[in-house]
Amino acid sequence: MSIRERLSGNEAVAYAMRQINPDVFAAFPITPSTEIPQYFAQYVANGQVDTEYVTVESEHSSMSTCIGAEATGCRAVTATSSCGLAFMYELLYVAASSRLPVTLACVNRALTGPININNDHSDSMGARDTGWIQLYAENNQEAYDNYLQAMRIAETPDVRLPIMVCQDGFITSHAVENILIEEDEAVKAFVGEYHPEHALLGRETPLAVGPYDISPYYMEHKVQQAEAMKNAKRAVLDVAADFEKTFGRKYGFFEEYCMEDAEVALVLIGSTAGTAKACIDQLRAAGRKVGLIKIRVFRPFPGEELAQALSHVKAVAVMDKSEGFSACGGPLYAETCAACYDLPERPVLVNIVYGLGGRDVATEDIARVYDHLFLLTRNGGQGPKYIHMGQRSSEAEVL
Amino acid sequence: MAYNHKKELSKPERFVGGHRLCAGCGAGLVCRGMLRALDEGDKAVVCNATSCLEVSSFLYPYTAWEDSYIHSAFENAAATCGGVEAAYNVLKRRGKLDDTYKFLAIGGDGGTYDIGFQSLSGAMERGHDMVYFCYDNEAYMNTGIQRSSSTPRFATATTTPVGSVSAGKKQNKKDLTEIMAAHHIPYVAQTTFLGNFKDFHEKAHRAIYTEGAAFVNVMSPCPRGWQYSPELLPEICKMAVETCVWPLYEVIDGKWHLSYMPRKKLPVTEFMKLQGRFKHCFKPGNEWTLEAAQQYVDEKWEQLLEHCGQRA
Repeated sequence: MSIRERLSGNEAVAYAMRQINPDVFAAFPITPSTEIPQYFAQYVANGQVDTEYVTVESEHSSMSTCIGAEATGCRAVTATSSCGLAFMYELLYVAASSRLPVTLACVNRALTGPININNDHSDSMGARDTGWIQLYAENNQEAYDNYLQAMRIAETPDVRLPIMVCQDGFITSHAVENILIEEDEAVKAFVGEYHPEHALLGRETPLAVGPYDISPYYMEHKVQQAEAMKNAKRAVLDVAADFEKTFGRKYGFFEEYCMEDAEVALVLIGSTAGTAKACIDQLRAAGRKVGLIKIRVFRPFPGEELAQALSHVKAVAVMDKSEGFSACGGPLYAETCAACYDLPERPVLVNIVYGLGGRDVATEDIARVYDHLFLLTRNGGQGPKYIHMGQRSSEAEVL
Repeated sequence: MAYNHKKELSKPERFVGGHRLCAGCGAGLVCRGMLRALDEGDKAVVCNATSCLEVSSFLYPYTAWEDSYIHSAFENAAATCGGVEAAYNVLKRRGKLDDTYKFLAIGGDGGTYDIGFQSLSGAMERGHDMVYFCYDNEAYMNTGIQRSSSTPRFATATTTPVGSVSAGKKQNKKDLTEIMAAHHIPYVAQTTFLGNFKDFHEKAHRAIYTEGAAFVNVMSPCPRGWQYSPELLPEICKMAVETCVWPLYEVIDGKWHLSYMPRKKLPVTEFMKLQGRFKHCFKPGNEWTLEAAQQYVDEKWEQLLEHCGQRA
């Protein structure tokens, strides 16, 4: 039986961790993810888990600890945000290329500088090419549910890649919502035990991890890694199907909201989807055909599926909550454009960079984006493609 | 039990031939020696920082290591080792593992004194049951002999070359062994390769079988960086000890013990003259470098004697 409980996003993730009782937790605080190791410390102190709780001196060491523990044959977890994730950068690659399915709760926060503690996606978007699977949540329920599914996806034998379970700093991490949580035994049964084929300890033969790899082998290893990420697509769907069967909540690569007959649509990630849905409900009531695609899985990127879902739409605004400094749009925009390129008839695509450093986005802002999209359907897609929303200093303000 | 060199050397090798380390390199001696110090039947996991040792001993698809081994990055051998040890503890606690394992981190001075210093300090402070071995060859040898904080004053390195206004490295060597002692961990030692390896072996064994965090700093000359002929390795180590450039000592539960008192402390030039990296110090006009080097060694030696209660 599911239980209704009021939990913040951080508490929901920590609660899921308690239920799973991972082998090793490497803990280092950074706003806004700090509460996760704090809640967990109390579980350790109360004897509610028997996890080895390692209070390291930096995020660099928390990821290093996870790498060592995971190679040993254990489930290793950590949580971080922003600069903490950036500090792990080199080790993110080590975890992925060593095929160690570490689970990282990423509470998204803007990257410094100037230093800013509020939400955007620049931290995990910066890590998008490190070889990690990335799941994103709209709300506390999804943060909890994604966490319950994460290890099974990551540990799938033909995947074996680390996984980032992302949620929006403060917006979901600190906001308390009424969510459904599952019983401990049901969670344990769903997540299961971890028995990797190879490990540093407790196997007949010793194991060597992390070689110096020269040109005749390196590329084969990279291709295996790339194949693993492709395999992760199927694992995401398989685990989601079992999750739905077990707990009744449905997940996929992305959520489509009012897309069947949509003329214009948004593609975005995270909590802004809630705001967009409220706006869509208002506009639909007024007879306007607007829709939304909320990306849940950014790595592996569901390019074909997304293109298919957008194929009947006239104009699309891809909303990036991070600035990639590519001079031609944010990372979600680049991926979406690439995905749509092979469509026989492509929608007009524009990029809206928004909400950086926690700048608020309201339903009125979303409504203006839809107005702009309708304008593009009438003028043949004329105008700027790469727009920053709500710029007080912008002279040529589009939105 | 008294050290028996013949018996120790008759143990099966756990760091085997075929690796690509240079002739006359100290790193291989550290590896063979530290693994020999394990009691037979005890398994180990070796956690190696990126280094000459790593790229020479685990070149895919070959490994020179008979025990489990993990290399992660340059700056995190200690934290990685802490993760392995934490995993061992939980597996033991949950009854998933019977065997006894020991956890040995190893890095060069670059990975230990410098870029891996934070990771080392953190792991030692947390008290993981592990030993960190530093094979200290006093420069970044893997990238081509750049200075480290362990490089002694006046040594040439490719980032501290000798020139018309330079007499080599400007700063004295960081005293990492003393810094580790200041962590108040149960065991800290300084050693090198002498005679029948008794000093090294006994310290490695004590470190491995002391519960909690331990640190062993091993002076490990590098023929390329120090510019000596490979067969001179034992002589250089001997002179490092006899001149008190590298004194042998232990700090056991906070108590300092001098392991060896030279009968007659030799001048530092006896150590320096064996190595090309100090060649310029012996040129006319550079006498001051030899005087400064001697003065520094004398001061450090006096301080050590005081720590060890060897002064009246």
